[in-house]
Amino acid sequence: MTWTPDQPIVSLKDVRKSFGTVEVLSGITLDVMKGEVICIIGPSGSGKSTLIRCINALNDIQAGSITVEGLEVNDPKLDKLSLRKKVGMVFQQYNLFPHKTVLQNVMMAPIKVLRQNRAEVEERARALIAKVRLNGKEDAYPGELSGGQQQRVAIARSLAMNPDVMLFDEVTAALDPETVKEVLTTIKDLAAEGMTCILVTHEMGFAREIADCVYFTDRGVIVESGPPATFFDNAQDPRTQQFLSQIL
Amino acid sequence: MEFANTLIDWLRPDWFLNLVVISDDYNRGRYLAGLWMTVKLSVLSIFFSLIIGILGAAVQGAPSRALRVLVGAFVAFFRNTPPLVQLYFFYFAIGTVLRITGENGLPQPLVSNFGWAVIALSLFAGALNVEIFRAGVEAVPRSTVEAAEALGYTRLQIYRDIVLPLAIRISLPALGTNLVNLVKTTTLAYAIAVPELLYISAQIWSEDLNVREMMNVLLVSYVGLVAILVWVLHRWEKTLRIPGYGE
Amino acid sequence: MTMRPNAPVRGHMPVLLPMRIRADALPMADRMFNVWTAAALVLALAAVLIAPAFAQDAAPEKRSIIAILLEWTPTLAGGFGFNVLISILSMAIGTILGVGLGVLQVSPIRPIRSVAWLITQFFRNSPWLVLLFYCILLIPFQIEIFGTKIPFPGWIKAVIGLSLPVMAYMSEYMRGAILSIPTGQWESAESLGFSRGQIMTGIILPQTVKRVLPSWMNLYAVLTMATPLVSIIGVSDVMALTRAALSAEGRVDLLIPMYLYILSWFFIYCYPISAVTRLLERKYSVKL
Repeated sequence: MTWTPDQPIVSLKDVRKSFGTVEVLSGITLDVMKGEVICIIGPSGSGKSTLIRCINALNDIQAGSITVEGLEVNDPKLDKLSLRKKVGMVFQQYNLFPHKTVLQNVMMAPIKVLRQNRAEVEERARALIAKVRLNGKEDAYPGELSGGQQQRVAIARSLAMNPDVMLFDEVTAALDPETVKEVLTTIKDLAAEGMTCILVTHEMGFAREIADCVYFTDRGVIVESGPPATFFDNAQDPRTQQFLSQIL
Repeated sequence: MEFANTLIDWLRPDWFLNLVVISDDYNRGRYLAGLWMTVKLSVLSIFFSLIIGILGAAVQGAPSRALRVLVGAFVAFFRNTPPLVQLYFFYFAIGTVLRITGENGLPQPLVSNFGWAVIALSLFAGALNVEIFRAGVEAVPRSTVEAAEALGYTRLQIYRDIVLPLAIRISLPALGTNLVNLVKTTTLAYAIAVPELLYISAQIWSEDLNVREMMNVLLVSYVGLVAILVWVLHRWEKTLRIPGYGE
Repeated sequence: MTMRPNAPVRGHMPVLLPMRIRADALPMADRMFNVWTAAALVLALAAVLIAPAFAQDAAPEKRSIIAILLEWTPTLAGGFGFNVLISILSMAIGTILGVGLGVLQVSPIRPIRSVAWLITQFFRNSPWLVLLFYCILLIPFQIEIFGTKIPFPGWIKAVIGLSLPVMAYMSEYMRGAILSIPTGQWESAESLGFSRGQIMTGIILPQTVKRVLPSWMNLYAVLTMATPLVSIIGVSDVMALTRAALSAEGRVDLLIPMYLYILSWFFIYCYPISAVTRLLERKYSVKL
């Protein structure tokens, strides 16, 4: 199925997922257009992380369908490599490879997976490291960097694969408040350049600032969604109102 | 009954599987005697090595520096030298020297080869156990011991009633591995002609020329013995388990 | 759907796991291996060796114990070198096979995983001496490949026999080390598009080296101390030579000194390995 820009770049239709007997996603439907930034918020256990991991085929789904740029993610015969080339993911625990330097971490995947030319990749990697404001740290090991710096390397590493969609799974949850800002600034720049971003986050202020659409999930379903202005100021559903009043 | 007879017929020498240990009464008897000898060696050595381990770990915490050094030297010696050479040392070197005059006037060894095997294996495994128990004893939080002291316990009482029960639970995995190794190490007794399982099997295969089958029976037997030991340790661990501790 | 292998069930008795020592328990552990115990051992050894020399026999033509030991030293040293050679070869073969077997033990394909587990358990629970007998009796004395005859002398069979348990232990260590790598490493590598083989060789295995190193060194020490077993199956190692020397000399008062002499060689070879292993355990246990 070929994808054209007028169709949603990421589309979920009635997605259901269970871990054993516990149903974590109970019918999620959402669409993301190219260039959009959407934020998913909600209490813990509501299924936000599972949702984002299903988009990247890290978890399989029991019912429904997920399409990314025309690719059926839930197709058992899916060529995962083609999916991973389109989708980049950044995790809460950064997950940098501790035995490689920053530059090697960023360069590894394009060289080994995309089989691109080493010199080109290095040039692009250095540019990306500069873009996330870490120039000078190319030869440092992850253990020598702060949490925020490691997270920015993780973002650069995913960007090196030239994805069309970036997924962020609570990327600032494990960071000190001071370092949270530097990571958020990086994401903001990325969004401003037109990258399609799907964020799971607790940072309400950030969501209000950059999101085109905010989704609230609770117990496996999307309770409410809308542009930040209406969402944060005029929440309709009582569950949303209760959640927002606890957080804000 | 008819079926069993056919099965046993099938295992006789002239068929393709030469499993005399099952078909022939004499060989079966010998094999089981060897198995029993191995079990005896294992059980006795396990028992004594545990005692040595507990005593050694207790002495390791003693105030006297000389005692600590002594136990340390004992453990270092048995950990860093080959068990076979230790066994030969006990049986050939010390055993030859340690003779008493027997009833008929000729010098006889004081300890039989079975005895030396048990002594050597117990000391070897005991030294390893000292290490294991000591690590277990030290893993008991100092604050727990201090609380007991504050309640008025003597050193011996603390060791017996508080430290030892906790230390044993902590050491169980490593202890299990060590005891399993001990069962396997009983095969060393072959070298000093103790009629344990390997020795008997060697006799059988040299007589009946069925090395391949005997080897397999032998390996299955040892795997079986180890499995039984692991099961016993597992049951012991289950009965000792404290809910919520160490998870 | 994730590639990461399953971690073992909680509460199961980890009989097969290596022992973990708490980081703050280690300072006392080093008390065992210190100058004092080493000195005590050396003194004891010297006392036993020197004492017979003072107990001079009536017959003056009997050589002193020390002279005999020194006379036999070159031969015995050759034998000891043979032991070391066997241990190094067995370790190398066993390590390579063991790493491979360990990786197979965490394979996502169930039959492969089961077979690998079976092989590991089989060789892990077999006595080393039985495996040696197995190899010495059942490996043919030479095999023909494409017309060339490859001879299998006794000591090569012994090397193979000893490498089997090494393979089994390494397989267990590798499995534990691979399972201890955080899931996040697998997931982020998977998200970047790496294949399972690439993840294993480029990312997971390099990180296991540090974790496995103390156990690996300990295994080498254990292996070295198992090499005298080959004397039972007819290989002329230091133990066989020692017994030959003792029966050649035929002196009862030589027994204890000579055995202690050989024991001290093994001690001097293996003690530093234990000490370094302890150091490494301490260094890496803190990081973990």
